Amino acid sequence: MFEISPAEWTAILLSLRVAIIATLVATPFGIALAWLLARRDFWGKSLLDAVVHLPLVLPPVVTGYLLLLTFGRRGLVGGFLADHLGIVFSFRWTGAALACGVMSFPLLVRPMRLSIEAIDRRLEQAAETLGAAPWKVFFTVTLPLALPGVLAGMVLGFAKAIGEFGATITFVSNIPGETQTISSAIYSLIQTPDGDAAAGRLVIVSIVLALGALIAAEWFARRATARLHGN
Amino acid sequence: MLRVDIEKQLGEFSLHASFASEGRAIGLFGASGAGKTSLVNMIAGLLRPDRGTIVIDGETVDDTAAGIHVPAWRRRIGYVFQDARLFPHLNVAQNLDYGRRMNRLPPDPSQHKRIIDLLDIGALLDRRPGKLSGGERQRVALGRALLSKPRLLLLDEPLGALDEGRKLEILPYLVRLRDEANVPMVYVSHDAAELRQLATQIVMLKQGRVTSFGGVKVLT
Repeated sequence: MFEISPAEWTAILLSLRVAIIATLVATPFGIALAWLLARRDFWGKSLLDAVVHLPLVLPPVVTGYLLLLTFGRRGLVGGFLADHLGIVFSFRWTGAALACGVMSFPLLVRPMRLSIEAIDRRLEQAAETLGAAPWKVFFTVTLPLALPGVLAGMVLGFAKAIGEFGATITFVSNIPGETQTISSAIYSLIQTPDGDAAAGRLVIVSIVLALGALIAAEWFARRATARLHGN
Repeated sequence: MLRVDIEKQLGEFSLHASFASEGRAIGLFGASGAGKTSLVNMIAGLLRPDRGTIVIDGETVDDTAAGIHVPAWRRRIGYVFQDARLFPHLNVAQNLDYGRRMNRLPPDPSQHKRIIDLLDIGALLDRRPGKLSGGERQRVALGRALLSKPRLLLLDEPLGALDEGRKLEILPYLVRLRDEANVPMVYVSHDAAELRQLATQIVMLKQGRVTSFGGVKVLT
């Protein structure tokens, strides 16, 4: 019964690839943004915060459609990238990664921001008095202390990315082997007369991946606390 | 050695301090709320004066009229805080080495050994700060500040968080430090007895103003 077919493997591996790339590319932006929101005051900060959280509350189909308008072949950014850099998003797995990255971004940023906010700023001051320039303070004190939170954010973002459906299918459709992730494969299978068993297998795979990610995120959060207390 | 002439408004509180000292151990004395920590933070470069100048070892590090403000990380000062502030993710040896690495100084094994012996922290090198007692933490913080080879050491109530027994444990190290480490220091305290043992010169601060300046006799 639990024999995963080649077609299902294709969807699983594609999902993993899309989610891993989305997470890795989003992480540096996530760290920078988390730091900005945790440590700087600037005009429009609450607006930026709201925009980052928007994919969490907006209907996914709206996010997907906006991505299509912006990053599609005829979109403002998409057209430029395709003509000048040869990067195409629409109906490619890269587009799926972009959609997943955008959708998972709020979840990725949040633990990073919380862990940076939890760091005692007086430690950063101490580093400064010992001769560390601001960027060195960031890389030798702030980032190492925030690392468990950064990893927790990556795990959560990854879990969200692997399950993303609405924005992905709107932006890059549901092409087996190119843009058909686990979610879109399940969606196709439950509309096929005898697809129930296959859908069931993919459902179990999703649950296992999501549960594993949540447990990992929780573990990293506990590590963060221990680290801040210097044990 | 140290020349300070600054003004700073902090909410309702106004700090206006002026003194110049060539002393090896300047004691900054005053009740809590007198502005001692703010003054030390300005010498360290963590706080910017509204007006005035600060000169350390002949170098002007603050001069508001000339638009000079040397950031803390370029001042080459050592700062020992009341709450040690050791880096929790680094062990004692890495904490001690931090200032040297950040200032890109070559390793100096003889100084390293001298300071570790002076402070008796050789047995703690592999430990994490979370596993140290309050007194041990403060000694490591002293060593960390000294090993960055500062030209001025700032000590802000380094014994403030310790109980009487621990204070007596650390005081002799501080006296040795003053006599052997060859780094001038500013020692902040609200405890006259502590300053009588350590300071060679006293700056008395009251509600943001310097009320007296001179030898330890002014403490009486």
